Formats: sequence, structure tokens, C-alpha cells
Amino acid sequence: MKHLANTWFAEQLSNHNIYTEYLEDHHPARMPCLDIRHLDWANASKTAKLLGMRFVALWAAQAGQQDKKALYAYMAFVHPEHRYALLRTPINLENPEIASISQHYIAAYRMERNMQDMFGIKVNDIFDNRWWIKHEHWPEDAHPLLDSFDGNTPMASDPDRADIDYDYVPCDSECAYEIPVGPVHAGIIEPGHFRFLAVGEKILNMEERLGYVHKGIEKAMQGRNVEDALKLAGRVSGDSTVGHSWVFAQACEYAADMSISTRASYIRGVLCERERMANHIGDIGAVCNDAAFAFMHVQCSRLREDMARLHAEAFGHRLLMDCISIGGVSRDLSTDMCQKLIQQSRDIAAEVEHLRAIYADAPSIQQRVIGAGIVSIEDATDIGLLGFVGRASGHYPDARIEAVYAPYDELNVPIPKGKLGGVSTRVWVRFEEVANAARMIIQLLEHLPEGNIQTAWKAPQAGESGFAAIEGWRGEIAAWVRFAQDGSIDRYFVRDPSAINWLGLELAVRTVPVPDFPLVNKSFNCSYAGHDL
Amino acid sequence: MLRILYQIMKVGTITEASLSNGPFNQGEQSTRFELLGKQLETAIKKRFQGSLAIRLVDAGSCNGCELEIHAANNAYYDIERFGVHFTASPRFADMLLVTGPVSINMKTALVLTYEAMPAPKLVLAMGDCAANCGVFGVDNYAIAGSVADIIPVDAVVYGCPPSPTALIQAILATLE
Ligand code: SF4
Repeated sequence: MKHLANTWFAEQLSNHNIYTEYLEDHHPARMPCLDIRHLDWANASKTAKLLGMRFVALWAAQAGQQDKKALYAYMAFVHPEHRYALLRTPINLENPEIASISQHYIAAYRMERNMQDMFGIKVNDIFDNRWWIKHEHWPEDAHPLLDSFDGNTPMASDPDRADIDYDYVPCDSECAYEIPVGPVHAGIIEPGHFRFLAVGEKILNMEERLGYVHKGIEKAMQGRNVEDALKLAGRVSGDSTVGHSWVFAQACEYAADMSISTRASYIRGVLCERERMANHIGDIGAVCNDAAFAFMHVQCSRLREDMARLHAEAFGHRLLMDCISIGGVSRDLSTDMCQKLIQQSRDIAAEVEHLRAIYADAPSIQQRVIGAGIVSIEDATDIGLLGFVGRASGHYPDARIEAVYAPYDELNVPIPKGKLGGVSTRVWVRFEEVANAARMIIQLLEHLPEGNIQTAWKAPQAGESGFAAIEGWRGEIAAWVRFAQDGSIDRYFVRDPSAINWLGLELAVRTVPVPDFPLVNKSFNCSYAGHDL
Repeated sequence: MLRILYQIMKVGTITEASLSNGPFNQGEQSTRFELLGKQLETAIKKRFQGSLAIRLVDAGSCNGCELEIHAANNAYYDIERFGVHFTASPRFADMLLVTGPVSINMKTALVLTYEAMPAPKLVLAMGDCAANCGVFGVDNYAIAGSVADIIPVDAVVYGCPPSPTALIQAILATLE
């Protein structure tokens, strides 16, 4: 799988007097990693913005054992035509600091705050300096992703900090009042805190406080063998287990410069599109349920259950966990099973179309969803909203196209193009994606080539790294992995689309009546677990 | 409206015990489920006068377990017909259902929720994570421990995630 090195970004940067060095031990070459000077950091991101690149992620990692530099900061961008590129710069461990890029890319600011929390790297000129994943009760000097931090025993809270509260955006107006919600929410959902500032019925501002389900995944990855690490990667966000297992496996496979069989890649595509269908169907029902249109919810959860039962039969797991392996997939499909999957995908897509007509003609639900929770095209593009949330607001990134990976490189991936940016548009995009996913599943299974489902894994050398992006059902999941001496994982970073889309929700609920919040929130359905890691 | 009614009639009753000819209604499984449901219903009648209120706390799960709790509420399992319902407040919850390993950032919220419950304060730990921290590991700075390390636990159900049937079985076991 030799691809040509992508030199476009390096050339563009050098036109702006930013000198880059190409990293030989990073893969794949078409998504290169370029070393830049520390002082060029902010400037490089400004240049990326000028070039029309989308911001993907920002993270840091301690250098490998054979590397003298102590810390590195990374950022990744993607251009619609010239694809992905990573930048890296060394950070001095004595005096760790780096310039903020959030004036160019607003979506970077929580990742920068996370970098401050996890590494103690001081981000200069960041406009929001509050702790993020690091909650108030943590000891001040705790920076879990540093090597010097003991990651193996539960961290004790600092008793002196027990009463400190997060510094929420205040409002001294006598007309506005605050509503604190969470971390334990009313329904069967994940924990997080929302702080509303409301005037009368309307939300003036909503602030998210996340990090409650932080499970130290990045630290827990260190030193794991690939099989154990894959299991963990598949549980970063359970509803998106296929997407997360795939992105981890793909990053490892890139790092080892190996390719998998076409049959395995087709089955991965089937798994991913089935996951997309199941989640969209479940969410469409849940959105309707939050507007008291329970009929839709009952119908949709029935279809979702049908899918889960066939998943148990075909792949051995109702939610499709652990179906992807490093180098392939863990279960093959018989011809019979292919037929069953084809048949069910077709039937369910038809049923969803039928339900869609009922939904579209029901004034009681339409009045609630049309025009609710709008994110403008400008805001969506500015933040770089991903997946169906972006696609509902005139911003159409799709890793299945931009990251060019099998099996989608052989498929025509249709992108529903919404513009209005409200709940109804997000639901519309989801309906479209259900239909498209079903079509792709049928196409993949009808043309499923013969072959192995597993290619033998050979661990890369210590220090080799890989980057991959996969379009999960929520949107682009990006991951970077670096290997250690014995073929175990040295460092892993993953960015769930929720890390970016949560920002969109804050904008979407402004001026929305408080009782409509659950409806708007459900139409986004961001993952807490995927964000908090 | 007519179309809604028509759709409801067309689908018919798919709930497990009905033994109708739905595409996935394997007879044997349904009978077992029916039996389980009956037992659960009786237990709830005896101990809670027919209504068991459960408060869920996700103490750090990956959200996979939540999907299966939702599934237990769908029309196939319809756990509510046995008298089980999920409540928004711990104040009137009979049982606390906890998923996930307990993260250090959720520990306080979990303890507060537990303390806010009236007796008998039944606790069911759901999933491998809740039971023993699962894939996230006990040797992890961000994990305070399994559920039993933080609050008293009455029953545990293993699985990653446990299926809706296993969950219903476990709720029954907690009552007995
Ligand atoms: S037991 Fe499995 S499904 Fe449940 S929270 Fe843990 S990892 Fe997720």
C-alpha cells in the first residue's frame, strides 16, 4: 500500500517561510507528519486557515524512549482536495509552553485546555484558562499524561479543593436566572453538567461542563498489547464501537505499513454502515419522543432491536463490539448470512421510509422540530462541525471521502446536503443517511469478494506512528498511535467527533425555550464518553 | 392519524410473551422470557406493591450498557409491563442501577445519589465495568473503583454489556 508522500502542505508552508521536516517514521505517507519550529506553531495554524484547511485535532505526547526531546505537540488538518496533514513541534519539559491556535481555530480551545490539564503545558494567549477534564477536586500538580505521574493507583482528591466550584460564565442581570442540570440527568443517559442562564422561558446561554466520565483511556493504553488496546478502543464510546475499533485498527495497520484483504474491508464497511443505521434509527425515535411523539419512538426502537438481534446472530454481538480485529475482522459471513443482512437492511430501510412519510405529515411533531436549535452555516464552518450535525448546517466534511480508505474508495458515498441547521434538518440528514447506508450495505454484500478475513499482524518498530480517520456514525473519528519496543502501544490519541460537535450544541440552544433543550440535545446526541476519554 | 393507526395494527403485538409469528420470535426464548417476566411481576407485587422505581446512574460507562437498558424498554421486552419503571429522581427510587466503573469525577455524584434514596436502597451493578472495572482496569488513576468499592451493592450482572434479558434476570435476583 505505497502511497506517494503528500508534499502540498509542506510546500505551502514554506511559501509562508515556515520550514518543515518530513518524518520518516510516520505513516501513511499520504497523510504526512511534518516537524516545525516551536516559534512557527501559531503561524502554521494561521496559514492552514488561510489555505482553507479544516482543523481536525490538537494533542500532545511524551517523546519515545529513543528520542531526546521531552514532549511534542501535534495538530492535524485536512484540506478538501489535498487531504490530511499533521504538524508536530517539540516542547521543552523544563518550561513547557506553546502558543494558542484558538484565535484561528476555535474548536482547538478545549483541546488546548485539555493539554494544559494533562501535561501542564502552558498555552499562551488562550482566552479560557479554566481546567477542563481536570475537575476542581484534583490536586493542582496532577498531570496524568506525563511519564512522571503515577497512573496505576486511583488519584486521591485534594481535600483543600473540595469546595471549589467551576467558574461558570456569570450574569449579573436581575432578569436572568441560572438552572444547573446534572451531572446525573433525568433520563437514561450519560453524565455531564449543563448550566443554563435563562430569561423567562428562553435560554440566554448554556455552558457545558464535561469530563465526568473521564476514564484515563489515553494513559491506560500505554503499554498494552494491540489486542487489549483494541478492546479498550472499542469501548471509548459504546454506541460507536465499530467506528472506534476501526480507527484504532487502521492507525495500527498504517503504522505497520500493512494492508488488509478486500473481503475484510468490505465486512468492515458493512459493520460501520449497520452501526450508522441502528444509531440514526434509534435517535430519530428518541428525538420524536422528546417532543411527545411516542409512536415514532416505539416503531424506531423496534427496528433497532431487530437489527441488534441479527447482529448477535451474524457477528456474535448485539452492538457489534469486538468484530474488528487488527488486520481484518473477527467473523466471516456465510452466503446465507449475507442474504439475511441484505434482506433485513432492505426491509428496514423501506420501513423507515414509510415512517418518514408519517413523521413528515404529522403537524404535532413538525411544529416542534422545524426551526428549533439552529446552527448557522457560518458558525458550522467556523467550528468545523462534523458528521450529520455539520451536514445539516451547510458544512459537509466526510472522512469516507477525505481519508480515502477501503471499501469506500470503490463506492459512491452520497452526502446529504442540508443548510437550514435546525432539528428538522438534522433529522432529515439522518433519514437520508439511513437510506444511503442500507444501499451501501447491500452493494458491499452483493459484491463481497472471496478471500481471507485476517492478515497476519507484524508489529512495527519502536517509534513508528500511524494516523487514521474513519467516518463513524457521528462523523469523523481521528486517531494517532505510536508503538513502543515490544510491539505494544506507546501512545494513543483519539478524537471523537463529539469533541467538536459539543461546541455546536452550545450555539444551537441560544434563544431556544428551556423545555426544547432535550429535543435539540437529542438531535445532536453527542457522546460524553467519547469526549471525556 | 389513520396511517399511524394502520401502522400500529400492521406491526401488531411484538412483545415477547405473545408468541406471535414475528420474524424473531423464537418460541423457546419467548417462553423463557414470559416465565422470567411472571416471576419478576410477582416479586414486585410482593415487595413493592406492583411498582418498582429504578434510578440509573452512569458512573463512567462507555454508554454501551445504557443502550441495553433502553432496549429493555422497547416493545419486545417492554419491562414496564412487569411494574418496572425508570424514574428521574433518586428520592422515590427503590433501586439504584449503576453502570460503568466509578470514575473519580463521578464518585461524589454517585454517593450523593445513593444517599438521597429512601430505604431499602437496593443497588444493582450492571456490566463488567461496574462489577470489576472491566477493560478500563483497576490500576487506573481516573477510576475510583468498582461500584462495590464505593457503595454497598446487592447484586451484580456481568456482560459487556449484559443483554436486556440478563438485565431483567438481575433485577429479579436483586429483589430475591
Ligand atoms: S460493561 Fe461494557 S458496555 Fe458496559 S460500560 Fe463497561 S465497557 Fe461499556
